Amino acid sequence: MLLAPVEYARPSTIEDAVRLLGEHDGARPLAGGQTLTNVMKARAAAPDVLIDLNDLPELRTISRSSDGGLELGAMVTLAELIRSSDVGDARPILGEVAAQIADVQVRNRGTIGGNICSNDPTNHLPPVVAALDATMTIRGSEGERTVSAEEFFVGVYMTAVGPGELLTKITVPAAGGAGDGFASIPIGRDGTCICNAAATVDGGQARLALGCVAAVPVILTSAAEEAAVREAVKGANLDPPSDVHASSEYRRHLAEVVAVRAVQEAAG
Amino acid sequence: MNQPVRGQRISVEVNGERHERDVEARRLLVHFLRDDLDLTGTHVGCDTGNCGACTVILEGVAIKSCMLLAVQADGRSVETVEGLAPDGELHPLQEAFSSFHALQCGYCTPGMLMSAKHLLDHNPEPTEGEIRRAIQGNICRCTGYVNIVEAIASAAKGGGR
Repeated sequence: MLLAPVEYARPSTIEDAVRLLGEHDGARPLAGGQTLTNVMKARAAAPDVLIDLNDLPELRTISRSSDGGLELGAMVTLAELIRSSDVGDARPILGEVAAQIADVQVRNRGTIGGNICSNDPTNHLPPVVAALDATMTIRGSEGERTVSAEEFFVGVYMTAVGPGELLTKITVPAAGGAGDGFASIPIGRDGTCICNAAATVDGGQARLALGCVAAVPVILTSAAEEAAVREAVKGANLDPPSDVHASSEYRRHLAEVVAVRAVQEAAG
Repeated sequence: MNQPVRGQRISVEVNGERHERDVEARRLLVHFLRDDLDLTGTHVGCDTGNCGACTVILEGVAIKSCMLLAVQADGRSVETVEGLAPDGELHPLQEAFSSFHALQCGYCTPGMLMSAKHLLDHNPEPTEGEIRRAIQGNICRCTGYVNIVEAIASAAKGGGR
């Protein structure tokens, strides 16, 4: 498919990337391109300028923070999350869920930053970073700011990353005594999720994030017992969308099912 | 400092040979390979990132070349199916695909071979499950995959049944 004409730059510093994003109206960051390229083919998005982030090695680092948590560069690929021993030691759920996204080739290019910034409600990682209470670092011409998952996810395909800004880092707190879980009903193995949920359970208390049922991950807290989780999901008064894969009512039912499974895995 | 451009001269190493061309920024890598370099072994299947017929190896990593811009490959190295048999002598994977009848129409085969090569480059002794997961991004509508999996397993063991 021939894309619409577009301009392209591949900056080698974050400063230049942010400056270019700020200088050009209609500029979009190009991360792994596993969503954006296809969206451009379908003419569903028409950026004037692509700012390729693939020459910014500082966005590609995985490190342990002083408290034992994780600092993940936005351009860390899903394959790198899967392979990382730091991720495996600190919060293995991140690699386990990344391994359920699409296929080898997509995981080789697709990035954690791209997965959460595209904020397709069916994506895997938005509920995971929300359940893990990660914070997102956003760089703009005015400097850096850090936002919580509650603030980060704004709407379908929309996040707190504004024009001229760039997500640079995802900071995941140390697990401490907490366990993590994820459950989904996908369309075929590793396919798009019809419904998904991520959970962190610490001392009998669960922090849950439900995906595919609203414009943004629905974050809930509840006791970790099954009845309490079901009650919390019911109490959220979800009004999920209907599509060819599931009616709204069925998706509401699945939300309860995957929430319970995610919490049980986390409490495991 | 580089300013955004509509197109640029790129230099890409393909199967060990360097190629320089002027390309528009909007050109996909798969079209650069097929139309500019006449390497038509890499196929365009779905053009939506699902089918894997366009799979090539970029800097040692299997990717779908319909989801990468040609300008993104500037300064990088690419392996295509043509690189598997540079002197006309079949690669062990190609020999195995032939002897196991691991193709019918052949449309998916180049992408399937490149995914299989990527697998064996990183995991020389894969289990059947690992082989199946490795070709999950490559859709074959003819074979039912059984012979493809057997061919890759055989190539991993040095060929033969």
